[in-house]
Amino acid sequence: MARNVRERVQLAALMAPAAILFAAFFLLPLAQLVVIGGSGKLGWSAYLAVFTETRYLKSFGATIALSAGVTFFTLIVSGVTGVFLERNRFRGRAFLTALLTLPLAFPGVVIGSMVIMLAGRQGLVPDFTDFFFGERLVFAYSMAGLFVGYVYFSIPRTILTVMAAAEKLDPRLEEAARSLGAGPFMVVRDVILPALKPAFLAAGAICFATSMGAFGTAFTLATRINVVPMVIYTEFTLQANVAMAAALSFVLGGITWAALAFARSLSGSSVAASG
Amino acid sequence: MNTASNVSIRLEQCARTYEDGTRALEATDLTIQAGETVVFLGPSGCGKTTTLRLIAGLDEPDEGGKVWFGKEDVTAVPIERRNVGMVFQSYALFPNMSVEENVAYGLRVRKVPFDKRSKRVHESLEMMHISDLAKRRIDQLSGGQRQRVALARAIAPRPRVLLLDEPLTALDAKLRESLRVEINRLLRSLEITTVYVTHDQGEAMALGDRIAVMDRGRIAQIGTPEEIYRSPANAFVADFIGTMNRIFGQVASGLLVFPGGSVPWNGPTPTAGLMFRPEDLKIAVPGSGNLTAQVVTAFFLGDHVRLVLDTGAEGLVIARISERRNFVKGETLEFTLDPQTLVSLED
Amino acid sequence: MQASIKQSRRAPFFWMQLALTLTVCAFLILPVLMSMTAGVTLNYMTGVSGGITTRWVEKVLTDYRGPILLSLQLAIACLACTLLLGIPAAYVLAKHQNAFTRAIEELLVMPVAVPGIATALALIVTYGSSGSFRTSWLFILVGHVLFTLPFMVRSVLAVMSSIDLKTLEEGARSLGANFTQRFFGIILPNCSSGIIAGSLMVVTLSLGEFNMTLLLHTPLTQTLPVGLADTYASLRLEVGSAYTLVFFVIIVPLLIAMQWASNAISRRERI
Repeated sequence: MARNVRERVQLAALMAPAAILFAAFFLLPLAQLVVIGGSGKLGWSAYLAVFTETRYLKSFGATIALSAGVTFFTLIVSGVTGVFLERNRFRGRAFLTALLTLPLAFPGVVIGSMVIMLAGRQGLVPDFTDFFFGERLVFAYSMAGLFVGYVYFSIPRTILTVMAAAEKLDPRLEEAARSLGAGPFMVVRDVILPALKPAFLAAGAICFATSMGAFGTAFTLATRINVVPMVIYTEFTLQANVAMAAALSFVLGGITWAALAFARSLSGSSVAASG
Repeated sequence: MNTASNVSIRLEQCARTYEDGTRALEATDLTIQAGETVVFLGPSGCGKTTTLRLIAGLDEPDEGGKVWFGKEDVTAVPIERRNVGMVFQSYALFPNMSVEENVAYGLRVRKVPFDKRSKRVHESLEMMHISDLAKRRIDQLSGGQRQRVALARAIAPRPRVLLLDEPLTALDAKLRESLRVEINRLLRSLEITTVYVTHDQGEAMALGDRIAVMDRGRIAQIGTPEEIYRSPANAFVADFIGTMNRIFGQVASGLLVFPGGSVPWNGPTPTAGLMFRPEDLKIAVPGSGNLTAQVVTAFFLGDHVRLVLDTGAEGLVIARISERRNFVKGETLEFTLDPQTLVSLED
Repeated sequence: MQASIKQSRRAPFFWMQLALTLTVCAFLILPVLMSMTAGVTLNYMTGVSGGITTRWVEKVLTDYRGPILLSLQLAIACLACTLLLGIPAAYVLAKHQNAFTRAIEELLVMPVAVPGIATALALIVTYGSSGSFRTSWLFILVGHVLFTLPFMVRSVLAVMSSIDLKTLEEGARSLGANFTQRFFGIILPNCSSGIIAGSLMVVTLSLGEFNMTLLLHTPLTQTLPVGLADTYASLRLEVGSAYTLVFFVIIVPLLIAMQWASNAISRRERI
């Protein structure tokens, strides 16, 4: 049918610019990256080196552990706070919600700078601990500082997802549970948490992926930190080891992509992710 | 509103099969006279909306089907150029425009000059009694008001054919009734060729010059409301319009004998049964009736009583009694059934 | 839907949760405020009591004028590109839901899923040797567009999916409108909330983009966040804070506008 053909052509034309951009500047380069990753000193076994060489393994391990820790902690905090905000109406609620989601788009650099402000050499926490314990606890430039920074940008993200899910909770299920005698704690455990599980999983996966790929914060908090994005950066800029950087990027990209695909399968499209 | 531009519609061997293989409409021939209102009536999935969309030009018939507007073959003409007026079930009013702007849209698109355009818009709004709503935004309107805007918008460009797809379905019962009267008046005054799709038999009977009852992709029967009601072609039509009582019986010595009674009968045994309407049963003086039945339930409905009766046959019989009297459950009553009102059904 | 569990305002559970919420808020906002004030103090050690000055801010605005302006330029260009590429794409995705379009959606999201440095690296290895392109700001623009496009598409697509696009278009077609008339007269105006929300998102993300830009930039094409990292690494804390302050002044109004826009959308959808 001529009409159908014309429609198809029209649609293709509308999609074409975006498609071309993608093909030329994303798909092609990624393909090149795979190839480059296998064309260095080690050849294709560079990809294996990612998993076998100790220092790479250690940095992956550290990054995964950090991301998992951040995810776990953030989910608990966001879970309680998000559900609380969604289900209680009180004066100032909208303001608090706005405050909590404001840092959503802060770049890693800014967050890193704020961690320095909190826990750097002249930071608030060291002042505090100095006052109470006589010792300055400076932890900005270590994994602990990174942890704080990552939690900082993860909370706004996860809270939005949790609140959206909490909004969809069906009050009738809780009413039914209460009519059968369940107290508040049991209602939370048996009705609310299971209903929120997909949202938690999705938010958690996004949080994990973002932490894995985060770079700006680590970069600002400088060099002693051994997370994969930093290793990629140093391999590329300082060691000029493009092949290794490419191979590491690919593996890292694979992990984050898989985590996000998992999140998407659970929830459709939801909250943003950024650097 | 002038009538010079209305046109006849003819469907020639139009069928429609979807991409997944479902046959929504079997090959159909249909002629609608210029100025006539034909109602497509049927349950959901019967093909009535499919047929409407073919006439509109939103979909194309399968290979070999043709659609004619008067002498013009419009099969390959898309809806944008067919000059039809269409009212959708969900109204499809443009939220970003006011009532006035919505009604003017078809004229603006056709580059009708401003003066002529405003005059026509004004006329259409007047006709639908919504002149005072001209500047309102769509989300401020009630369901009934939106419906009128949709109608005003469809008729403003003076289309040659008016197509309505279940326009009243989204409204509550009372509103439906009052709007039905208005639409009837509108259609009579416009004298425009109209195709109206609905699943509500009351609307069909009130609005259609002819009704096409559709079932599973086919037209089961097409005729005036009276023809359809009094002489349904088959059980489906009989059941869809009004309430159908169906009896099966045996012919013996000039009588048709069935559970509960008998009537004089000249023809052969009707294999698909006979149909009569609830109002065809009259309460008889004991001894003079030809049908006896027991009352199962009596529904008092204000201006009449709906009696559910057990004649001893498999199905129950419904009678519509206007006399004022009380009925007792289990009571045995005698009725007179006029054999002239019996309709033989084919399947 | 509101839960019907009525926790008495006095219940300890409520206050505990409130306390936690307030702590979290403080955790998030306090550093922002501290950072902003630090940018105007004479000396960070002495704090506000030591005196307020604008010299750090002035220094930033003079020394880093280039990067700041470039970031703004990039953000606007990025917005223009995502509007031109993203709105038509969203339209196609809204009208057709099949395996093919789902694949396209997955594809669009990939630059967000893949870490910024990986994308940047890929771009460098492919186009790194192309001289003038590599050293121009367009190179960075490409990265930004790749990263922000899915957000524009998603935002517009969300609104397009919530209005009955098909029936609206059929209504317009029945009145004689061709594609161009429908697209600009009916479809775009009714997606305005999604376009605005998407635009704010794109601009905000572009202004703050660091991961990709760090690798893609050259000394001549430095952006605001890159300059920011630079000052923290090499200069006084006050200068870095002043720079952060400038950044906040630019971005916080955008973030507030974004929240307001998304509230407006979700309020509309509830009607």
